[in-house]
Amino acid sequence: MANVKFAFRALGVALAAVLICAGCRKTSGPSVSLLGSTSIQPFAEVLAEQYTKKNPGHFVEVQGGGSTAGLQAAANGLADIGMCSRALTAEETHQFTPILIARDGLAVVVNPKNHVTKLSIGQLRAVFAGRVTNWKDVGGKDGPVRPITREEGSGTRDSFVRLVMGSERISRRALTQESNGAVKELVKGDPAAIGYMSLGLVGKELAAVTVEDAQPTVENVLAGRYTLVRPLLFVTKSATNTAAQSFVDFVLSSEGQGLLETEGLVRAR
Amino acid sequence: MKRDRLIGAILLVVALSAISGLALITVFIFREGVPIILRVGAGQFFLSTDWEPSLGHFGILSMIGGSLAVTVGAAVIGVVFSLGLAIVLTQFAPPALAAALKPAIELLAGIPSVVYGFVGVVTLVPLIRHSLGGPGLSVLAASIVLGIMILPTITSIAIDALQAVPRSYVEGSIALGATRWQTVTMVLLRAARSGIVAAVILGMGRAIGETMAVIMVAGNALALPHSLLDPVRTLTSNIALEMGYASGDHRQALFATGVTLFVIITLLNTAALAVSRRRAGRRRVG
Repeated sequence: MANVKFAFRALGVALAAVLICAGCRKTSGPSVSLLGSTSIQPFAEVLAEQYTKKNPGHFVEVQGGGSTAGLQAAANGLADIGMCSRALTAEETHQFTPILIARDGLAVVVNPKNHVTKLSIGQLRAVFAGRVTNWKDVGGKDGPVRPITREEGSGTRDSFVRLVMGSERISRRALTQESNGAVKELVKGDPAAIGYMSLGLVGKELAAVTVEDAQPTVENVLAGRYTLVRPLLFVTKSATNTAAQSFVDFVLSSEGQGLLETEGLVRAR
Repeated sequence: MKRDRLIGAILLVVALSAISGLALITVFIFREGVPIILRVGAGQFFLSTDWEPSLGHFGILSMIGGSLAVTVGAAVIGVVFSLGLAIVLTQFAPPALAAALKPAIELLAGIPSVVYGFVGVVTLVPLIRHSLGGPGLSVLAASIVLGIMILPTITSIAIDALQAVPRSYVEGSIALGATRWQTVTMVLLRAARSGIVAAVILGMGRAIGETMAVIMVAGNALALPHSLLDPVRTLTSNIALEMGYASGDHRQALFATGVTLFVIITLLNTAALAVSRRRAGRRRVG
């Protein structure tokens, strides 16, 4: 009998612990949750940090998951704001209110040992469609071309397909990696590789090629010379709560925009 | 007595709820996955290599091929090393060494798969790229990583199988003048054959279901591999890569990929069970 009594007591303690934890989970201040594109996530985290520093007591929660997941989360209320790193489809524009927070150049990256420094959109398309399989056909040294793409549903991939591939499909032989970091790691180690990623993430270990005679720089994106550009969006359902609105206002303020610019993105306006 | 029966009943409910979890998962993935196989057509779904969800093309042959390639590769590597280990640990190693090695091998099973994948990407992939060519991310890289991951499974079951061989067989063989090695190859391995086969099949079941490490080292290309150095995508990687984004038909097609995997693993486990049952049956007769 003593055992049974002990079991009940243990159960009681466990229940109490759960209840207390449920209580402490509730934050006191207004909170905003963001979910979506892994391309926007690092920038959103920087913004969130600055925002909570300026507004003590406010909470901003940022999660990845991908653009499409972000749209779904915004639709079913899982997150206040969905992050989406590609243009919305016609169908999606009816459902959501998109807010352009910044624009992002899409850089085509190769290993620094690769001698190819410029490519046309047509050449890029041929490379990623698998029609060009040797670097010497696009002005490089003799050797195989290894295109690296992102997984189906990634905002970066969607944008690349829309901006470069036209009606053609990315080769089935292309290596598929599930994050910008993984693409970076591969291109860094393989002189034959070519990939694409957000301009702000290129860093010093990779070489970004000139596309259609324009270097991938923030100035060229602003001037409209560099054409591989995609929108970075916050999407909400029509009615946003005040906490979310105040965060969006901060992001669009000159301070928020300046922060994004120093992180390598291009201003929304 | 009354209390015994009560505790029995509670334990039964707990056991049944665990099994009903399995039943629920089975029903769920089949309900989500089977309709799209029927809609696309089983022939198209299983025999086409064309996977382009945004265009409504759902063919998983490349993924089936990829899974089989890395699983067979892992089994080859796993079997060579595991059998060697099992033989050494049961027959040749001094007891003190065996006692130290066995837990070390079991520790391998406790390393998270993402760590295996990471080590593979950082060391194995560049090594293959530089010395053998190709992108490095390949069937070979995945086979090696998986082969190491299934070592503990195969080794520990193979050790059990070898230890279950009656001592009189070994003594008889040695008494007839066979050397230690002859005894191992001609008596022990033969007597333990069905147990070892079961171990290998279970290891393959683990390999085919592994996801994270494979995503990191296999390259995930959508074409059927032509050589060991070609990148492949497995059934599990396909689900994990695309699940976060998928909706509608695409999501269902991923569940159908899961159904395929479920059937393959069930077949493997059934085979392993059948083999080890046969062994048990035979021993009872003999």
